Amino acid sequence: MSVDQNTVRKVAHLARIAVQEDELDHFAKEMSTILDWVEQLSEVNTDQVEPMTSAVAQNMRVRADEVTSPPLRDEVTRNASGAEDGFFAVPKVVE
Amino acid sequence: MTELTKLNLAEARDKLVAKEITAQELTQAYVSAIEAARPLNAYVLETADKAIEMAKASDARLQKGEGGALEGVPLGIKDLFCTKDVRTTACSHILDGYVPAYESTVTANLWADGAVLLGKLNNDEFAMGSSNETSYEGAVVNPWRREGDDTQLVPGGSSGGSSAAVAAEIALATTATDTGGSIRQPAAFTGTVGLKPTYGRCSRWGVVAFASSLDQPGPITRTVRDAAVMLKSMAGFDPKDTTSVDAPVPDYETALTGDIRGLKVGIPKEYRVDGMAAEIDSLWQQGIDWLKQAGAEIVDVSLPHTKYALPAYYIVAPAEASSNLARYDGVRYGLRVDGENISDMYEQTRAAGFGDEVKRRVMVGTYVLSAGYYDAYYIKAQKVRTLIAQDFAQAYEKCDVLLTPTTPTPAFGIGEKLDDPLSMYLNDVFTVPANLAGLPGISVPAGLSANGLPLGLQLIGKTFDEETLLRAAGVLEEAAAFTAAPEAWWRA
Repeated sequence: MSVDQNTVRKVAHLARIAVQEDELDHFAKEMSTILDWVEQLSEVNTDQVEPMTSAVAQNMRVRADEVTSPPLRDEVTRNASGAEDGFFAVPKVVE
Repeated sequence: MTELTKLNLAEARDKLVAKEITAQELTQAYVSAIEAARPLNAYVLETADKAIEMAKASDARLQKGEGGALEGVPLGIKDLFCTKDVRTTACSHILDGYVPAYESTVTANLWADGAVLLGKLNNDEFAMGSSNETSYEGAVVNPWRREGDDTQLVPGGSSGGSSAAVAAEIALATTATDTGGSIRQPAAFTGTVGLKPTYGRCSRWGVVAFASSLDQPGPITRTVRDAAVMLKSMAGFDPKDTTSVDAPVPDYETALTGDIRGLKVGIPKEYRVDGMAAEIDSLWQQGIDWLKQAGAEIVDVSLPHTKYALPAYYIVAPAEASSNLARYDGVRYGLRVDGENISDMYEQTRAAGFGDEVKRRVMVGTYVLSAGYYDAYYIKAQKVRTLIAQDFAQAYEKCDVLLTPTTPTPAFGIGEKLDDPLSMYLNDVFTVPANLAGLPGISVPAGLSANGLPLGLQLIGKTFDEETLLRAAGVLEEAAAFTAAPEAWWRA
């Protein structure tokens, strides 16, 4: 099994997903099944191969860095679970 | 009223223009049909009032002869598309109550052409699934049943609401999205037509992101002609999507000439996989014979890296998903679960808001992108992806389109594969390669299984050559003459 409980704990924290102790084993087994299965890619010789960066060949467009929309503060914050005075509200971060 | 919902999109459009029917009576017929089909759970939000209002406006434009290409045509929209002032949750608990302040480009294009919004359609949570069972809004039931058996079947996924709605005739056509087969596989499971355009053909702006290098919007429809009509309206250059192609949109309907004489159709031998149902194999042979009889030239081709497409996909897609879904943090929209501090709030919100499949993929994605594993997994998978794209490029030196089955089996029962992620993933074995290479693909209903379920054949085309793809699909559709329909058991 490629993923143990400690790895699940670490990855879950990196992904910012709270995982209960009694779920660790289940996640470890499922992640291992998937990661052991994708392991078959190691059979493929990719020595002289470039990684794909775009599904369809195209040049990245650029545009001028300027404001193109009217002020949308109310629209942007209207879905927030906490919004005050046009700002997103979060729990206190700095003491 | 029932009669009206029997018309396909092209027929209804023509009757609307000829003023033989009105948009309001057509829309009302669909509103009633939707109400009667609630046991299917295809719609997660019905917008009947808005639909009637839009239909009224369409009738006014049609009266003046000013109708757009889809004037008065009632559509269902996958809940992955943001619709202004209409709830959009991607069928995830974490987007509870989210009401977008803007419209996705694809749906904006449809409304600009006069289409009518019937409501939002169920899908797998964030489009992650192949059966529509991971939706926070519950599973969708396939209108089709096995002969003499009332077991509830899945409609495929992730666009299960979109496929079920077209099959049950509770939308004239629907929008869908395809990251690894999410348009074509559900179309195959429901006897409908599902078209995944070339990556870049339809704008992804305003579509809830899953795996950005693979996601592509497209239609699910009753006929190939309807798919051509829908694509024409959905497609187009969008400066707001950096991967949108700046190229004119052809009139796809005129590409349906019915003439494929001399067309070279490639048959990839690697798609004859272990565990494929014998009836799928024989349907494939039937498809080859149909195209040959229509004057196409059949060419054997090889796509040697086919077996590595799925494992490469299950690295690339979760990796991109883990990055895209980082935005759901309880701050800007949707669910918030309070914690001891801000970091705990993020973790509790995401633990409560994401379902099991989404957590699984986000964690696998986080793992393959984490320090020490990035090269071994993510870069390796992107290199294999290059090889898969090269396979297609070499095959297309010898042929114009490829013909394959869409899925290795017909629709399966609800709950049958839920505890076995890997076996669920194998559903997409024939559809994933086209996503990895960015190619267009279409599933056409071609026959019935021994127990009476629809089966699909897939055509894969060259980059931005949807015209040839649709032309071949039209010939396949005519030869298959698929007229079977599910019995309307869901109507009380």
